[in-house]
Amino acid sequence: MSTASASDVPLSEATTSLQRSASFTRLKESGIRSLLFLCAALSILTTLGIIAVLFSNAIYDVSPRQVGRDGEVRPNEAFFQQVSVTEFVTETRWTPGYTEKHFGIMPLVCGTLMISGIAALIGLPIGLCSAIYLSEYAAPRTRAIVKPVLEILAGIPTVVYGYFALVFVTPYVLRPIFQDMLGFDVGVFNAASAGIVVGIMIIPMISSLSEDVLRSVPRSLREAAYALGSTRVDVSTRVVVPAALSGIIASFLLAISRAIGETMAVTIAAGQTAIVTADPLGSVATMTSYIVNVSKGDAVIGSIEEKSIYAVGLTLFLMTLVMNIISQFVLRRFREVYN
Amino acid sequence: MSDQEIEYAALLKGRHRISTYFEWVCRIATISALLFLAVLLAGVTWQAWGWLDTQFLTGFDSRRPAKAGLLAGLWGTSWLIFFTAILTVPVGVGAAIYLEEYATDNRLTRLIKLNLSNLAGVPSIVYGMLGVTAFVRMFGMLSAADGWTIAIALGFGTLEIPLPLGRCLLAGSFTLSLLILPVVIIASQEALRAVPPSIRHASYALGATEWQTIRHQVLPAAVPGITTGIILALSRAMGETAPLIVVGAMSYVAFAPGNLDTPMGAVQDPQRVLDAPFDVFTSITIQITNWIEQPKEEFQNLAAAGSLVLLILLVVFNATAIVIRNRAQKKITW
Repeated sequence: MSTASASDVPLSEATTSLQRSASFTRLKESGIRSLLFLCAALSILTTLGIIAVLFSNAIYDVSPRQVGRDGEVRPNEAFFQQVSVTEFVTETRWTPGYTEKHFGIMPLVCGTLMISGIAALIGLPIGLCSAIYLSEYAAPRTRAIVKPVLEILAGIPTVVYGYFALVFVTPYVLRPIFQDMLGFDVGVFNAASAGIVVGIMIIPMISSLSEDVLRSVPRSLREAAYALGSTRVDVSTRVVVPAALSGIIASFLLAISRAIGETMAVTIAAGQTAIVTADPLGSVATMTSYIVNVSKGDAVIGSIEEKSIYAVGLTLFLMTLVMNIISQFVLRRFREVYN
Repeated sequence: MSDQEIEYAALLKGRHRISTYFEWVCRIATISALLFLAVLLAGVTWQAWGWLDTQFLTGFDSRRPAKAGLLAGLWGTSWLIFFTAILTVPVGVGAAIYLEEYATDNRLTRLIKLNLSNLAGVPSIVYGMLGVTAFVRMFGMLSAADGWTIAIALGFGTLEIPLPLGRCLLAGSFTLSLLILPVVIIASQEALRAVPPSIRHASYALGATEWQTIRHQVLPAAVPGITTGIILALSRAMGETAPLIVVGAMSYVAFAPGNLDTPMGAVQDPQRVLDAPFDVFTSITIQITNWIEQPKEEFQNLAAAGSLVLLILLVVFNATAIVIRNRAQKKITW
């Protein structure tokens, strides 16, 4: 504050300076607001980026033709400009690396679905039962300890799961049961071990999400059921679970979508044999493991083999996107609202 | 007792028996999930036993298992997480502030929110494909014969930025950053939402502008929650493998990014610090993957030792997050 009294300054000047300062503040405010909006808009840009990358490499290439070092002009052709969609969907062989190339996505989709199926078989019942136990049976103290411990399962890096499948599940669980006792042939790389660890991985997703929705079912519903003479199992399975069904189904869908997109555990434990098979004890390739294996190898940039990962990536992206959208729809559309 | 009553008593007994069975099924399911965790941790520790020594932590990778170490991966992961944090924190928190404090409920805002929850569900490998095209190759737009290099002379060295970025550490960080951005935004939004509106109203009543209110009142109150979210997201980034493979991390590297293998090296030769972001890289997870794929039996032990180091780092990260959350919960009384 200056010592000069306010009367020294002409009134008009004082107002101008005040206005100027105020307008600077306003400018700063709107500047910050725009900057923060750009941050939020970046998420839209990411989605557009993903779509653009997959689209331009898989469906139609819009980028200018590349001129090589030798001056030769090479056309940029996307995957589906070279391979028909019909072949991609109906062909049952996937051999982009061979001289006789076939591009049928079916083996990869089968592999993915088999592993997700095994994972669902393990993860869904265990996850749901743990959720029911934690919400309906466990004492508050038990729940306070068990829930975060279960969530550790979701935090373990997937590469560690892959290691566990390869070094423990196959030799110490699958081999003794299926090979030594039942006489099946268990490969070093097999879909079952990958499916089992992915199933373990998705348990906490289901148990946490489902437990939240089970607990949000109002107490009055349970008490009404008990008053009618229900046992605990009746209350759990016929009142609480149906009331929370939308949330449970949403958690199932999210977990399966995660299993479909799961990469490292599957790449390490399931091998890379792209065949249509129903044998869970043999090696299978999934969409994700194919992408990893091509990225690791030295496919020439611009070659059809390199382009094929974008077609596979697009399929994967669409599959998980549809599942996520359905799960959000289920959650919103069928949610029971209690007041 | 009438026949009906006897029949009813038997039925009731049966129903209670079923109820007990059901309770046990649920209990066993929970215990088995916990058991999986115990077996997994015990198994990895057992395999790693005797392999996790100073040689392992201070040596570079080698073709001979006894001499192989994790140093390149440790440096690579540290650099990756460092840059990922620098890139993600301002953007993620900024986006959350916009969505919680500024955005009105219009179509665009709803689109952004819907988009965020969908992005969080996109498989990480798809982010890798975005990263390799957008950052490593920059959509092929800059691909003259060998690309360009922008050289910026700083007092203590020259910052050389290759365009397109190529398979460098920074491209990996950009990719991981996009991957965890939705997680950071959603966590930060929750932290901001937990700040009661009365705090904001009080600030406005004293004549503060929107940004002053956010900067001095809302943000400080939300910092613990935001920090927890960021740490958890970074620990997810630390465990990622697939996007890094697609972006082009090296499975076998016997040097640290920028050749900077001791913290002292940064002081002795600052140029190395400038080189590091644009150097080839590996990470702990990539080294583990590489060891798992080696045919020699001993490499499996190395993979276990690497996994154990990774798990210990994750425990440290998560413990920090929990401590921050608990201290904040005790301190704040509205």
